[in-house]
Amino acid sequence: MRPDLSVLLLTTLIGAGQGLFLALFTVQLYALAGLLPPPSGHAFYAHGSLIALAFLVGGLIASFFHLGRPERAWRTAAKWRTSWLSREVIVLPALMGVVFLYGTAHLAGWTPVLATLPSGLAIDATLALGTAGTVLAFALFVCTAMIYACLPFLREWASPLTVLNYTLLGGASGFTLAAAFAVAAAPELTRFLAGWAFVLTLLGAVSRVASLIRNARLKPKSTLQTAIGIKHPRIAQKSMGFLGGSFNTREFFHGRSGAVLRSVKWVFLLAAFAVPLTLLALAGFGAPAGLLVAAFFVQYLGLLAERWFFFAQANHPQNLYYQAVA
Amino acid sequence: MTQLALVIDLNVCVGCHACVTSCKQWNTSGAAGPLADFEPYGKDPTGAFFNRVQTFEVGEFPNTQTVHFPKSCLHCEDPPCVPVCPTGASYKREADGIVLVDYDKCIGCKYCSWACPYGAREVDEERKVMTKCTLCVDRIYDQTLPEGERRPACVMACPTSARLFGDIHDPESVVSQAIRDNAGYQLMPEWGTHPANHYLPRRKTPMHIHEDELARTDNPLKVDGLLPKPAKSEPSLDDVMSW
Ligand code: SF4
Ligand code: SF4
Repeated sequence: MRPDLSVLLLTTLIGAGQGLFLALFTVQLYALAGLLPPPSGHAFYAHGSLIALAFLVGGLIASFFHLGRPERAWRTAAKWRTSWLSREVIVLPALMGVVFLYGTAHLAGWTPVLATLPSGLAIDATLALGTAGTVLAFALFVCTAMIYACLPFLREWASPLTVLNYTLLGGASGFTLAAAFAVAAAPELTRFLAGWAFVLTLLGAVSRVASLIRNARLKPKSTLQTAIGIKHPRIAQKSMGFLGGSFNTREFFHGRSGAVLRSVKWVFLLAAFAVPLTLLALAGFGAPAGLLVAAFFVQYLGLLAERWFFFAQANHPQNLYYQAVA
Repeated sequence: MTQLALVIDLNVCVGCHACVTSCKQWNTSGAAGPLADFEPYGKDPTGAFFNRVQTFEVGEFPNTQTVHFPKSCLHCEDPPCVPVCPTGASYKREADGIVLVDYDKCIGCKYCSWACPYGAREVDEERKVMTKCTLCVDRIYDQTLPEGERRPACVMACPTSARLFGDIHDPESVVSQAIRDNAGYQLMPEWGTHPANHYLPRRKTPMHIHEDELARTDNPLKVDGLLPKPAKSEPSLDDVMSW
């Protein structure tokens, strides 16, 4: 498939935004359980939510450039019963709303107790909003990934690993972002967040490599024989029926050589996983905290390369019909 | 239920592209507006077409067959392109099984084209919406056309009658009979899309010449071949005619 920059930006930006929000709420839960010192003041949550929101909005804006008719985008909510794309379009603004409210509630110190659990735990507004946001953030990972994973004949995508990868990679970049943000906003949390970012990046690396191995072993189900229905071992296309290319020759090919594809794979394995893991580990052992900021930017660029590869590697069966110009 | 479809006879198609041009002509002149064309007379002409004719070579020289293969939307009975559409612009009609795009609802997200294994959908890069074969839904029900012309433009244009049109759910229709009699098949059955359009395979038309067709059996005197051989000097037929 042709990697479209707007989709690469959409999926990576909202992934980091979702991950950052999950990181904020994780800190709140740990603090609630008394496992972490609560961050001084509410600025950590409020500003963090603002950054998460900025990433989500950035992704949404990028997505409009993918549409031929962005002015009709409101129509996309119509078919949520059948379409994962429609579901994503509903969950994304819902998450943005909750993240906004979560940040505002923290900023305004608006913490009315909504309920008290039998154990005596008071559920205040931020806790309720945080829980709702967590559910939505995970739902959004599933929706985004299922847009790709639900197409059975795009075999590189049609796997539970796709959902796992989107979740883990979004989470990893979000926690790295949170660690970088904590350097300025709550230095006492930096090590905690960097630790989680390390774990998530490591898990993301494992599941992404697992999907690379799986995809390398795929045998195509569709062949020229099934495409035109002629049972003969030797079939060659002599003409695709036109000269100057068409939507079918542009949308479904990445247009790069196999060597480029292979080098992008190594670039993303290094930039999205190896380098950030090293930087996160160094920061954990007391190296200057500025490394965390570098870790986030390297990892983000690495994830852009990862997404590029994700699209480029998927081989659409329609390509069988477009192999020779004349 | 009705399921309208095309049946394309690969044994007959000569690859003349008449269906391609007539399809483009009809669908670029309709109420939906023109189909995009870029650089139609330039070096790399490109544009939106609903129907393409491709050519494949089967076998190894000298035992090859050239197969011309027209391809358009197959109006799948279980179309994967429809449920993925977030706006409902892509839909399958209950009444006749035609899969259509509502150009006024489509946002041009291209998701449906990803979900079609056959590459049957093409974005109109001028109107920025998805387009595809409509089975000439604006012809086949048009009461102002003479009844014989209420057929898709490609079917009308085909000089060899390689394209049949009808209801594949009606066992007596010409398309159902053709599928039954000539082993009609579907493309990429492995994805469970159940394409409504079918293709008829190449068929061998062998010629059997028996011994007794070359020499008459009831010819005891073997006089076949004993034709008059006039000498050169004798008058020929030309001389007779010139009298
Ligand atoms: S051929 Fe493609 S576009 Fe047409 S109905 Fe089937 S899946 Fe949809
Ligand atoms: S391109 Fe149009 S018809 Fe296709 S899925 Fe998107 S909105 Fe639906």
